[in-house]
Amino acid sequence: MDIGLLAQYIMNGLMVGMMYALVAVGFTLFFGVLDVIQFAHGDVLTVGAFAALMTFAGLHAAGLGSGSILVIAMVVVSVFTMAGLGMVIGRYMVLPLRTAPALNTLLITLMLGTVLRESVRLFYPQGANPKPFPALLPASSISIGNFNLRLDNAMMLAAGVLVIAGVELLLNRTKLGLAIRAVAQDEETARTMGINFRAIVLIAFAVGSALAAIAGVMNGFYYNEINFGMGLYLGVVGFAAAIIGGLGSIYGAILGGFLFAALQTIGTVALPFGSAYKDVFAFAVVIILMAWRPTGLVREKISERV
Amino acid sequence: MQPGIIAQVLVTVYFIAFLAVEKQPLIIGMLGLAVIATLAAYWMGWLALVNRSFADREDVLVPSAIVAALAVAAFFHDNHFVLLLIVTILLYTLATLGLNIQFGYAGVLNFAAASFFGIGAYTSAVLNARTNLPHLLVLLLGGVLAALIGSLLLLPVLRTRGHYAALVTIAFALLLKAFLEVNDVLGGPQGLQVEGMKIGGWSFNDNIEIGHIEVSFYMNYFVLSLALLAGAFVLSRRLERSWIGLNLDALRLDETAASCFGLDVARWKITAFTLGNFLIGIAGALFGMVGGFVAPNNYTFADSLILVSILLLGGIGNPWGLVVATGIVVVLPEKLQTLQEYRFLLYSLMVIAVLLFRPEGLLPRPARNYFPGWRP
Repeated sequence: MDIGLLAQYIMNGLMVGMMYALVAVGFTLFFGVLDVIQFAHGDVLTVGAFAALMTFAGLHAAGLGSGSILVIAMVVVSVFTMAGLGMVIGRYMVLPLRTAPALNTLLITLMLGTVLRESVRLFYPQGANPKPFPALLPASSISIGNFNLRLDNAMMLAAGVLVIAGVELLLNRTKLGLAIRAVAQDEETARTMGINFRAIVLIAFAVGSALAAIAGVMNGFYYNEINFGMGLYLGVVGFAAAIIGGLGSIYGAILGGFLFAALQTIGTVALPFGSAYKDVFAFAVVIILMAWRPTGLVREKISERV
Repeated sequence: MQPGIIAQVLVTVYFIAFLAVEKQPLIIGMLGLAVIATLAAYWMGWLALVNRSFADREDVLVPSAIVAALAVAAFFHDNHFVLLLIVTILLYTLATLGLNIQFGYAGVLNFAAASFFGIGAYTSAVLNARTNLPHLLVLLLGGVLAALIGSLLLLPVLRTRGHYAALVTIAFALLLKAFLEVNDVLGGPQGLQVEGMKIGGWSFNDNIEIGHIEVSFYMNYFVLSLALLAGAFVLSRRLERSWIGLNLDALRLDETAASCFGLDVARWKITAFTLGNFLIGIAGALFGMVGGFVAPNNYTFADSLILVSILLLGGIGNPWGLVVATGIVVVLPEKLQTLQEYRFLLYSLMVIAVLLFRPEGLLPRPARNYFPGWRP
């Protein structure tokens, strides 16, 4: 295989890995503060992508905005609405069930995911069909040998890196981040130190869901198409990535996301029928990894949670 | 007179009337009536009485339930549509009974129930077309194959708990659908035709004539489904009441404590998971033959969630609740055509409401009854 093609595969893997990593970080945040898995997370991503598409449609119909302004408007609207949605989910679905068995949280978020998915399918105009996503990012590309570096992909990758760096800064360098980490480490001690537990949980839900919105918009720009079922796939894969990373640390989640994308890229290239059975392979990898290392690749001292 | 019998008679009469009416406003009116009646019965404490009676006097209530089902079927003996609906209810109940053994008794999560149902249906599609195996054996093989394929998931399910096990089964549900869609041997997205059931020379897909009365061919399937369901029902009740059921309950309530008392956690999880998938597979195999057609789109993750919804609505662990909940979930969208499109949305909302306000389900599982009829 020549270098150019290899670089192409690596680039694609990085793009997909970035989306997985963003979703996985969200799962990790929720699990950190509240020890729950928010199974509707993937569908929040879908709704985020559709919110961006709606923003575009609205602004476009009004004849407002040029390329870059449209993109910024789409991202901003999507991020803020999803942050709001995440807080609503945390406040009305997850927090009330804190004392109930963990199974109930699992079920309620699964059902909520279905509600979101079905709402998009039923109430978005022709939501059952895949929707074209506007190609607003610059389409030009730089060719290096066989390798075709598309500018939009490079921009998205850079944006993803910036977002992850921002989350990292937020968590490790600010007072808010300190509070989130404190709650994640020990809820009761954090409370006695005067941290508003409920507010911190809701903020974590907002941040995680905003990341999902970014991943959703990114997904739209990357494939130029979105559909109502995409969140289910990204949710399962993102959750698996978070688990591979150990479900405790942000870095683990990011690592898991890219690792999963790498496995998938290798599988698609190396296996016969790889591309036709792409999804089958991805889910098989999820199941096998869960069987092999249910506590994640990054070994932890305590493996109580499994 | 047992309160259970009275409830059965009322429900049967209501059910026949509900299936018979066609006008949409009338259907909505009847639904409202049912909701009000149920609420009233709940406030008066009758519901608890009925529930108790169902737990205590199963020896009387199982036969009478069979009689009730036969009465409904006899009433609609020439109506293809309604009989198909009833067969669907019976087979879905059979499948949810299997799910109940996993979920309700042993606490093993399975969000791929529709996939195992589909495995059963595809088994009957392939075996009926390619081989000359007797069709009753095909039913059995549908269950066996579902259990076997399910056993591939045993390792990850055993090694994980809670959310993680849920992820494994969800991944499997998505995997199977993706696989069926791209696999040409199994018909791809278009699916396969399934030959109808034949036992000896008796084809289930021919109408029956008794004297001058024409009986729909679905009556064949109805009788077989009812027999299967009754068998599975009695089996699962025996299981629940036996020491095995006690073990499974202990496992669900506290795995660590159960293993401290010497229970082999892995063994009982395997038993419950395999037995449950076996029942689901049999139900799927017969359902494939009834419908005459299988396609990947009928066995999606959303359908698995519907089966789980039935379990939650009915009250986890209570087989009688399952019968009622399955009836509601299957019949409602068929009678109210406007709901058909919105059914996934509706059921998810219903389950969210149940989880928030009545987590134990409509008919909660009564306390374990060591000696039927005995009271301290």
